[in-house]
Amino acid sequence: MKPEQPSTDIDRRAFLVGGMGLAVASFLPLSTKAAPADMQAAVKELFGDRPLQEGGVTITIPPIAENGYSVPLTIDVDSPMTPEDYVKKIAVFSPRNPIPNLVQFTLGPRTGLARVSTRIRLAGTQKILVVAEMSDGTLKSAAAETMVTVAACIIG
Amino acid sequence: MAAIRISALKTAKAGEIIELKALIRHKMETGFRRGSRGEAIPRDIITHFVCLYNGEAVFEADFFPSVAANPFLIFYTRATESGTLEFRWTDQHGTVSSQTANISVES
Repeated sequence: MKPEQPSTDIDRRAFLVGGMGLAVASFLPLSTKAAPADMQAAVKELFGDRPLQEGGVTITIPPIAENGYSVPLTIDVDSPMTPEDYVKKIAVFSPRNPIPNLVQFTLGPRTGLARVSTRIRLAGTQKILVVAEMSDGTLKSAAAETMVTVAACIIG
Repeated sequence: MAAIRISALKTAKAGEIIELKALIRHKMETGFRRGSRGEAIPRDIITHFVCLYNGEAVFEADFFPSVAANPFLIFYTRATESGTLEFRWTDQHGTVSSQTANISVES
């Protein structure tokens, strides 16, 4: 250490410490990433052990999303939406976002049409799962894969 | 809390299915991001949306941090009677923002 340049040294030290803090911080949120197992647990928590029937649900999502911060998503469920037969709930799950629950919708016979659109964040390329709960308690599901070029900054 | 934009037909025929659009300006801070100094930015999101047709809920949504900023929804309802449609958002602190639209239904 050269005593004639103390101020430069302190600045450099502060800079290095700050930089290390940032480096550590940028890695920390990775531990909050959901695993596919978390997604299955989230489905189970919401719908219990009922079996998922594939089909009856159509997901419209771009196959390649340039911007993971805002990905348009439309969900259609086959249902007449009458007081006897309607969609009660639609839930969207992610195997890769920090929280497996993305968004949930509650519908009823007065909704008239079982279609809903929104915009979601995706933290990377993944296959999202949509589960629709019908008024008789059965569960319909579908999955759709999207390639994300710029991931939403929700993992750090 | 924020600026709201909604879109709904002013008139509809009885039994007709109408499209409703609702957008609210909100940053939907996830709580997973960090600021320039590495400090965690606290979560600040809207957690619930409901559309009330003459006071009765016809559509609801629960939001999580993965809903994009400025939450946008397109959904539907069956025009049954004239009255008001209320769009109501609630954030995680319990603050409610709402806007209403009138609809007249012809038989």
